[in-house]
Amino acid sequence: MKKMVAFIKPLSFVLLCLLCLAVGSGQAWAQQVLKVGSDITYPPFEFIDDKTKEPTGFDMDLIRAIGKVMGVQVQIINTAWDGIIPGLITGNYDVIISAMTITDERAAAISFSDPYFSTGQVIAVRKGSKGISEPAHLKGKRVGVQIGTTGHFAAEKVQGAMILTFQTMPEAFLALKAGQVDAVVADEMVAIEEMAANPGQTEIVGEPFTVEYYGIAVKKGRTDLLKKINLALAQLKVDGTYDAIYQKWFGVK
Amino acid sequence: MDTNAVIAYISGVRALLSQYFEYILAGAGVTLALTVSSVGIGLVFGTLIALGRLSRFPVLRYAASAYITFFRGTPLLVQLLLVYMGLPFLLGTSIERWPAAIAALSMNSAAYIAEIVRAGIQSIERGQREAGLAIGLRPRQVMTLIILPQAFRRIIPPLGNEFIAMLKDSSLVSVIALEELLRRSQIVVTRTFRPVEVYGLTALLYLLMTSVIAHLVGRIERRLSVEGYGVVDKAGKQSRTAAISANPS
Repeated sequence: MKKMVAFIKPLSFVLLCLLCLAVGSGQAWAQQVLKVGSDITYPPFEFIDDKTKEPTGFDMDLIRAIGKVMGVQVQIINTAWDGIIPGLITGNYDVIISAMTITDERAAAISFSDPYFSTGQVIAVRKGSKGISEPAHLKGKRVGVQIGTTGHFAAEKVQGAMILTFQTMPEAFLALKAGQVDAVVADEMVAIEEMAANPGQTEIVGEPFTVEYYGIAVKKGRTDLLKKINLALAQLKVDGTYDAIYQKWFGVK
Repeated sequence: MDTNAVIAYISGVRALLSQYFEYILAGAGVTLALTVSSVGIGLVFGTLIALGRLSRFPVLRYAASAYITFFRGTPLLVQLLLVYMGLPFLLGTSIERWPAAIAALSMNSAAYIAEIVRAGIQSIERGQREAGLAIGLRPRQVMTLIILPQAFRRIIPPLGNEFIAMLKDSSLVSVIALEELLRRSQIVVTRTFRPVEVYGLTALLYLLMTSVIAHLVGRIERRLSVEGYGVVDKAGKQSRTAAISANPS
């Protein structure tokens, strides 16, 4: 009998835990959840806040505002960039917001919302280094990029540039600061943020040399969801929320 | 399933292969080159470190132990990042990807191989050393002419393991932007969005390489085996004569 009791005690505890879980998840179902995939290594668009340890940034504020308009709860899922599109296709999350440029190749695999941000690729170098001021100068140089980004694709278009692909943008910038690459090709705002975060180490040379638009992505065929996102995006632009978020992160309108 | 969908899928995969197969295969070549050079260098340094661990001089023993403790006790990924991202700040000069990768991989491999070689040396019967000394060989000659050759025959299987492990671990150099098999596959996935097919192919290529290595190691092992001295016979089985001669009763 004693043995029985010793056995039942932990068993009932486990059952209690399972019950709690079931009740908990039941409550979560009460409000619909929008799962959002994002590569949280991309300040100022998506990064981990130093203090709260929560995902923050322009994209994060925007998607949370969109979620509010849609009446859903936003759950951010941190995802490596090189697997972010396959993850959307397999259904690990409902949308991607990750400073993703709308390109023809990507649009063939997934669907994009209306553009919500315009940017361009810039070249960043170590402060004071000479000889690179436009894409043609990257010939014969070691160029750091984040794997599979439009910066990667733009750098590949320069004949004779030696491309070094890194997993994240901070790693590419670290390689630049360490002298392991001569230049980094990155989205303009990301290069500006890097310059601001570590003053005196890197600088942007020349002007943006591409024109690109970020879009929120959904799996092909989810037209209802896409429509809702576009509607929410349009509303945020009209009611001033978009401008407020823009001002918060970039200081200007 | 719809036949048209199957046909479309197959032609999609064929297009993928015709566009990227050579590119990925070249990455496998880089993986192999990295592994061969790192284990080769690791074997030389590992043997020296093993001799250091068994040395009469305490300084050498401690130095060898410290080396093994560090390189076996920290992740290879951290070692790679220390060499490639950290060292340039200390030296004030940049290090190219290849030297950084080979340095980190071979230093790591040397630590494991040192322990393999030490175990091999210590597995040789004490009588071998005594006999060598008795016929007038110097201690160094006993080591290089008698002990090491026999030890190496015994450590071929664990060395084969180390080679296979290193071939797989070499995928970690993708973090320092060296385009070996895995990194090339990742690049292809960011373009084709087909992880199942691309990573499946990658896994197959790794499996092919490790299988070939395992086969080669088995052949070398059989070729170097000596009748009556354990290990394996021609058929690859544990030698029965060795077991009998070890127990004459």
